[in-house]
Amino acid sequence: MANGQTVSGIRAGRLPAGEIAANFGDLHPPLDAHEAAVAADRCYFCHDAPCIAACPTEIDIPLFIRQIQTGNPEGAARTIFEQNILGGMCARVCPTETLCEEACVREEAEGKPVEIGRLQRFATDSLMARGAHPYTRAAATGRHVAVIGAGPAGLACAHRLAMLGHDVTIYEARDKPGGLNEFGIAAYKTPGGFARAEVEWLLKIGGIAVKTGRALGRGLTLDALKRDHDAVFLSIGLAGVNALGLPGEDLEGVHDAVDFIAELRQADDLSALPVGRNVVVLGGGMTAVDAAVQSKLLGAESVTIAYRRGRDAMPASRYEQDLAASNGVRLMFNLAPVRLLGETRLEAVELEYTATVGGRLEGTGETVTLAADQVFKAIGQTLDGAPGGIAIEGGKIAVTGAGRTSLEGVWAGGDCAAGGEDLTVTAVAAGRDAAMDIHAALGA
Amino acid sequence: MADLTTNFLGISSPNPFWLASAPPTDKEYNVRRAFEAGWGGVVWKTLGEPGPPIVNVNGPRYGVLHGPDRRVLGLNNIELITDRPLEVNLEEIARVKADWPDRAVVVSIMVPCEEAAWKTILPRVAETGADGIELNFGCPHGMSERGMGSAVGQVPEYIEMVTRWCKENYDRPVIVKLTPNITDIRYPARAAKNGGADAVSLINTVSSITSVDLDLFCPQPTIDGKGSHGGYCGPAVKPIALNMVAEIARDPETAGLPISGIGGITTWRDAAEYIALGCGNVQVCTAAMTYGFKVVQEMIAGLSDWMDEKGLARVSDFVGRAVPNVTDWQYLNLNYVAKAKIDQDACIKCGRCFAACEDTSHQAIAMKPGRVFEVIDAECVACNLCVDVCPVEGCIDMVQMRPGEVDPRTGRTVEPDYANWTTHPNNPMARAAE
Ligand SMILES: Cc1cc2nc3c(=O)[nH]c(=O)nc-3n(C[C@H](O)[C@H](O)[C@H](O)COP(=O)(O)OP(=O)(O)OC[C@H]3O[C@@H](n4cnc5c(N)ncnc54)[C@H](O)[C@@H]3O)c2cc1C
Ligand SMILES: Cc1cc2nc3c(=O)[nH]c(=O)nc-3n(C[C@H](O)[C@H](O)[C@H](O)COP(=O)(O)O)c2cc1C
Ligand code: SF4
Repeated sequence: MANGQTVSGIRAGRLPAGEIAANFGDLHPPLDAHEAAVAADRCYFCHDAPCIAACPTEIDIPLFIRQIQTGNPEGAARTIFEQNILGGMCARVCPTETLCEEACVREEAEGKPVEIGRLQRFATDSLMARGAHPYTRAAATGRHVAVIGAGPAGLACAHRLAMLGHDVTIYEARDKPGGLNEFGIAAYKTPGGFARAEVEWLLKIGGIAVKTGRALGRGLTLDALKRDHDAVFLSIGLAGVNALGLPGEDLEGVHDAVDFIAELRQADDLSALPVGRNVVVLGGGMTAVDAAVQSKLLGAESVTIAYRRGRDAMPASRYEQDLAASNGVRLMFNLAPVRLLGETRLEAVELEYTATVGGRLEGTGETVTLAADQVFKAIGQTLDGAPGGIAIEGGKIAVTGAGRTSLEGVWAGGDCAAGGEDLTVTAVAAGRDAAMDIHAALGA
Repeated sequence: MADLTTNFLGISSPNPFWLASAPPTDKEYNVRRAFEAGWGGVVWKTLGEPGPPIVNVNGPRYGVLHGPDRRVLGLNNIELITDRPLEVNLEEIARVKADWPDRAVVVSIMVPCEEAAWKTILPRVAETGADGIELNFGCPHGMSERGMGSAVGQVPEYIEMVTRWCKENYDRPVIVKLTPNITDIRYPARAAKNGGADAVSLINTVSSITSVDLDLFCPQPTIDGKGSHGGYCGPAVKPIALNMVAEIARDPETAGLPISGIGGITTWRDAAEYIALGCGNVQVCTAAMTYGFKVVQEMIAGLSDWMDEKGLARVSDFVGRAVPNVTDWQYLNLNYVAKAKIDQDACIKCGRCFAACEDTSHQAIAMKPGRVFEVIDAECVACNLCVDVCPVEGCIDMVQMRPGEVDPRTGRTVEPDYANWTTHPNNPMARAAE
């Protein structure tokens, strides 16, 4: 260990390599067959189960759990994939505490829901472990759809279209498909290269060509796409990031949280990834929590999340807040940054306390200065690269019905489109539903 | 503190919990440890004729029915009677009884249906000083193919005959253990009584196939690709056994005949139920085989606490207390009207009551916005299905309607008087009410 936790600056190897590797192990280790049987037995097989309605992809949860109970995990997996082809990823990354598990009647009864997420992982892992793909394509329709962006929305849309017999080409700006599954989600939620393996497994359906390094707006135009395809689905996520607009923002040591996370997710050796001694994360969402926790796991000595509003307003769920706290991250509320301090390198962040007055957030005038060699900005992502002329609503592509945009023949879904939470599972639902609508519109 | 001492046929034991004749009582080593753990008595694993002992299979002898978390709900076995030499067993019985005079030691016997065979073995058993014998007329597999066990227990005449031989050739209590593999349990019980039996014990195991291996297409347990039926026991058989016990307890021909209750007894509560239905004591096998001898400590403590709570000083104070309340269907009060009532505060909104009632009962539960489930009194027949499927204990209650109230389902006023089927106008064979 060349650098301890207390060496200032942004440095790699703050913890022994083995410890870092262990820190990034599975957050929720998989259930073994017996644990799954015991967990499955807790499901009451509710009538018109509330968990189904609470799942954005409406997986028939009681049914798949019963299939696990009866010793048919692969059947359970098919029940899941029917509704959600990325059920494997969702099982790992869904904030179940605010989705299906929150709705579980056992949550109401005992504060301990059926472990739907882990059971879903048990089922999907069982089937995917065989490597085979469970679906075949319908007879070719001769139609060809362009999907822009290979994140969960795009992949779900492409898979459903391919299944229905259409040919699909995915145009992806990055050099790898997967979207935030590959570049965003916290590493300890999806270790072992699962994102990549899942995409490969999904593409086994056939009929989907993935063209990486092809970005809409950079050499690729909507007009050309529309000319060459029968329909276009936009699933470009939120490629832009909000800036603070504060003095000192360009100091060395000030980063966008999403860039840090992407770098982390792509690193072959986490012990070679540098991190600050004193890290301050600005923001209050999942991205903020992930940047903070992963900084801590890399060995930062102190990590603070500073959120400008109160705890109740924090977009990250209570579960995630607790996850951060239990990893030693300090959560500070009602603190907004006013200035980043340092010569060329960041040395500290000055923050001002806030209060909500008459529904508006205002500074109180009282400030605090936190030492920092690294700041991560996690104050939101923005739509970037939407084609000109498309209607926008609240900073996102406006859609009606199952993802129809203002432009004829163009659909959109996932984070880039208005409506729904910005979650993997919501993106999958949007992609799937748009595919069904495109299929209907193509009249094939 | 309640006094758990029982005196069954003059055989005293510090508590009513005996180990049934089975592997737990197969040898001195086990029985000593059982007594150390607190068991009140044992029925020694069934002895056979002198000479070469029987042999058991050398493959698996048990099958199982599991509940959640592999809880053993039912056990099936194809074991035979003791496979150790008679002499060894007799010596061990004598030694154990001498060392544990306050515990009951009863010897289970199964020999061929010939008087000579019984005349040979009975004096030898008597010499051990054991407190009594139990005739194994129950084993439904293996031994029955050789004309013993349930092959005797299924023919009341044989039961009577063999029991009589035993009473003539043995001077201590004779208990006849009955097989449940028969249509009407009262016939073998009456036969035992007529033969002079001091008591009956029941049930022995129920003929069963617990499962089929779907790769081998063969019953389990599987011995070299084949399986044969076995005997079923454990919690799953308790309801069957309780009914048989009650049938004997309330049969005028056998009323008063002491009963030793057996079948699925796993907790103090199970034992209390058997005793309330007329058993003077109980025997346990599967619970010990699943959890070890220590389970008896829960049974003793639980029974004692419950008796204290009820103000019962001795076990004999409640033997048979539930028997007068066991009746025939035709005597149940048809003027008793109840309605299900769901406690909305306790409800967790799973909707199982709705699914059950809507799909398979009387469409008497309404599902309202916000997953509120309410009973429709005008449809509810008080069948109790919703109560049974509800995962929350005490959430759904059956509330009796008061006389004078109008049942919205039938439009009739609830009558205060008792009236049953025998006098009901819809009964073609109804007698005029007296
Ligand atoms: C740090 C972080 C952690 C998160 N953690 C969770 C979590 O734990 N659980 C959860 O449910 N959700 C989480 N989310 C949210 C979730 O990742 C997103 O909601 C989801 O990935 C949205 O899917 P998408 O397909 O709409 O967009 P993306 O996953 O963003 O995919 C968009 C794709 O389009 C590509 N693209 C962008 N612009 C262009 C263009 N012009 N041309 C071609 N391609 C383009 C991008 O490269 C990308 O591959 C997290 C998000 C972040 C940022
Ligand atoms: C493996 C096994 C062997 C048994 N052997 C005998 C036996 O030799 N003689 C006998 O009378 N009953 C025998 N039984 C039946 C038990 O004594 C008892 O009647 C039956 O198991 C029901 O009680 P339980 O539900 O507590 O197990 C045997 C039961 C088992 C499980
Ligand atoms: S909501 Fe909970 S209890 Fe109901 S079916 Fe789903 S897992 Fe079971």
